[in-house]
Amino acid sequence: MTTGVGGAGGPGAAPPRTLWEATRKQNEPMTEKLTRPPTADPDAGPPAQADPRRPGEAIFRGLATGAGITILVILALVASFLLVQGSPALFADPAKLASQGYGEFASWVLPYAFGTVWAALLALLLAVPVAIGIALFISHYAPRRLAQPLGYVIDLLAAVPSVVFGLWGSLVLAPAVRPLYEALNAHLGFIPLFAGQVSGTGRTILTAAIVLATMILPIITSLCREVFLQAPRLHEEAALALGATRWEMIKMAVLPFARPGIIAAIMLGLGRALGETMAVTMVLSGSRNITFELLTSQNPNTIAATIAQNFPEAFGLKTNQLIAAGLVLFVITLAVNSIARWIVARRAEYSGAN
Amino acid sequence: MSKRIETTDLNVYYGNFRAVEDVTITIEPRSVTAFIGPSGCGKSTFLRTLNRMHEVIPGAYVEGEVLLDGENLYGPGVDPVRVRRQVGMVFQRPNPFPTMSIKENVLAGIRLNNRRMPKADQDDLVERSLRGANLWEEVKNRLDLPGSGLSGGQQQRLCIARAIAMEPQVLLMDEPCSALDPISTLAIEDLMSELKEQYTIVIVTHNMQQAARVSDVTAFFNIAGTGSPGKLIEVGPTDKIFSAPDVQATEDYISGRFG
Amino acid sequence: MATIVHAAETLTAGRLPRATVPVSLVGSVLLGYALAILFTGGANIGLAVALAYLLFLLVMEIATRVVEGPRQASDRRATNLVVGAFVLALLPLGSLVWEVLSKGIPRFDVPFFSQSMRNVVGAGGGAIHAVWGTVYVTGMATLISVPIGLLTAIYLAEYGVRNRLSKAITFFVDVMTGVPSIVAGLFAYALMGLLLGPGSRSGFAGSIALSVLMIPVVVRSSEELLKLVPNELREAAYALGVPKWLTIVKVVLPTAVSGLVSGVILAIARVIGETAPLLIAAGFTASMNNNLFENPMMTLPVFVYDSYAHPGTDVQAYWDRAWAGALTLILIVMILNLAGRLIARRFAPKTR
Repeated sequence: MTTGVGGAGGPGAAPPRTLWEATRKQNEPMTEKLTRPPTADPDAGPPAQADPRRPGEAIFRGLATGAGITILVILALVASFLLVQGSPALFADPAKLASQGYGEFASWVLPYAFGTVWAALLALLLAVPVAIGIALFISHYAPRRLAQPLGYVIDLLAAVPSVVFGLWGSLVLAPAVRPLYEALNAHLGFIPLFAGQVSGTGRTILTAAIVLATMILPIITSLCREVFLQAPRLHEEAALALGATRWEMIKMAVLPFARPGIIAAIMLGLGRALGETMAVTMVLSGSRNITFELLTSQNPNTIAATIAQNFPEAFGLKTNQLIAAGLVLFVITLAVNSIARWIVARRAEYSGAN
Repeated sequence: MSKRIETTDLNVYYGNFRAVEDVTITIEPRSVTAFIGPSGCGKSTFLRTLNRMHEVIPGAYVEGEVLLDGENLYGPGVDPVRVRRQVGMVFQRPNPFPTMSIKENVLAGIRLNNRRMPKADQDDLVERSLRGANLWEEVKNRLDLPGSGLSGGQQQRLCIARAIAMEPQVLLMDEPCSALDPISTLAIEDLMSELKEQYTIVIVTHNMQQAARVSDVTAFFNIAGTGSPGKLIEVGPTDKIFSAPDVQATEDYISGRFG
Repeated sequence: MATIVHAAETLTAGRLPRATVPVSLVGSVLLGYALAILFTGGANIGLAVALAYLLFLLVMEIATRVVEGPRQASDRRATNLVVGAFVLALLPLGSLVWEVLSKGIPRFDVPFFSQSMRNVVGAGGGAIHAVWGTVYVTGMATLISVPIGLLTAIYLAEYGVRNRLSKAITFFVDVMTGVPSIVAGLFAYALMGLLLGPGSRSGFAGSIALSVLMIPVVVRSSEELLKLVPNELREAAYALGVPKWLTIVKVVLPTAVSGLVSGVILAIARVIGETAPLLIAAGFTASMNNNLFENPMMTLPVFVYDSYAHPGTDVQAYWDRAWAGALTLILIVMILNLAGRLIARRFAPKTR
């Protein structure tokens, strides 16, 4: 198509002596060969790939790939071990389960599954309005300067170990809320939720739910705060310019934008509440029953707490049965988390905002 | 220490998209060759094929030959890493390594490749390279300070020093002055005319005055429209391209009618 | 549609006097307190605060609606609710910090950090065995998680960009993040049961359980950081003829090192307080155990739980130790969090 044209210095022209040339030292051969000696295998992959003749590259790439595959293997192991160790309980003769285990599996685990979901839902009900409120406070109400330190304070809640929450919930919160429960029962006892004989210790499912709510609060808050801050500034200013009050602006410009993010945050909080063990183990004096009454001493226990309370002393089929319960818990949380991720992914597709 | 580059019918692809079509050009040693053309015409893409930096982008590949003194860079068994040691590159934005001092930046090519060198030779190489990049006098008293503390123009010359410390055959410069102020630009341009005594220099530039000032040969790239591949329209001595180009499109571009 | 009448509009509108908020706040508090005594017959602070807040909302709603109009009223209601939510969240935090400090300090003493619970019944004794157990178990978990997590992050950020394996890994790392901690404990228990015979509990099993929880955290934070390293630096290294792996080891990792270290510290802080998996995998003991691979090993969170759940005859002595353990644990977690954040901020290299 076109041809080259000679430049200023031809290939044979003698180089002028410059400072550079004068000080230059030959410390390696000028014409390093581009090609390395060929190996036995001529089709060793395209040259853009890791060069098999550069051992460091191959080893390092192999290590990195191996680590990634290890993660897949670990997860496969988790699933298969739970299946293998749990299956004796799933397929054993009910009579044998009744004598050596905790009884027939499905009817045994159902109340615990109910307790798990019930406690987590109650916690969500308590935590979500507060979490959204805090997130709005930090993103749109608090003075700029205060916003970040306040965010840290809420993050501190997330850093408190669950066993400490458990200790606080059972030794501090439960006695403190008991009079409140009695008042609720006395004045609102006609509502089924508050009916029944009030627990003497205050260690009811409502107390456990309050502790759980406190624990998932920072998770929901931090995710909501992030989406609130991502709300398009231009829309917010447009709303204010139309004469909207701050709350009207939030309703018009922030909440509609943030809705999928809020839902995802709620689902992730739910996932966390479902799997939380120690707070419930320590706060709740649970048993195996299905009831919606919040204030009595008859409370449905959760799967995680049941495992924690019984596993140290369990043996034989009982161990298998508890592991199978763990499998049920795994499936429930996996489903909840998958829905959350699906919502997030769907949002990422059409928002285009990074 | 300076080699000729020849390409014949070179095509560059990003996945299924052909970004550059059928480029045939010879770039002579010890000269400055400038690539000019409107944005998106493939001149930077083509430049990056000359040291196989192009294929760093996933899905990108090249069809055709690039000969460096007769040796095909894309031949079987050619190691792109070795190609890059012979064909150095300076980028649009100065990119000194932020974790390294000025001295370590100059020695980066040696150190990062785990090569050993006696300390005296290292000091010698640092001074030689920094002098070669006209930076020595400005930084000789602070060689151990971070390279990111320099001004933009100094950082760019540091990157040039880093490239020539590898003693390459060819130096590719991808719009080396576009992020710099006029004074720094002048310093780099002066440096180029010194460096061409030693190297084959290829520069991509948006600035036609710069091409006219520094280059011996100018190559004009253009595209028919977005989505179609970039093509080499015309190449020739800079004087000729800027005064009496053969192709109408070149003249239109030079005279500022588009681009 | 009639034309809009502008005549009556002015820029000033009815506004509540500034004193309204403090006055109605004080009034609501007093009234709420009185009502609480009326309801429960005793002075219940929680009820009093709740009632006072509801009263305050009501008073402000009426006052604003009358003086400033319904739009302002709903705005003020939202503000009050949002601020109320924030204060409400501070209550448990404040109470928790206060209780842990006041109840933990009495036994936060020298014997607590120099003695184990061996042969201790009732008062005295300490948690040194649990402190060391936590160090061993968490240290081992870190040794397992950091190489796997970091290398995986390197694969995701540098090698497997958008290929099928990296998509699968990203997906399953997400799944792993959601594994309930007790399930991780069950897995470690089952794995060790297979390797060492059923029923075996050891510190190492605890480390495995913690690793399952820690790896996804390390992968996530490291991948984010590696992606933050500007591509220009990688290209600069490639252009110098540096192979990819050396570019990663010598340019990318050093550039991101402070963030990586901080991410690892925060990951440690996240798992060091885990109780349930250790309860199951590592078990509990009253004595010092320096062998990670044999016999149960006590850890600080399990110590707190065990002291709370299985008190001997002298309940108070056990609960005092539980609070002291909780205080220790919170301090460790806080220090780790603080250190992580400081390192991230202080040593971040300036990439422009």
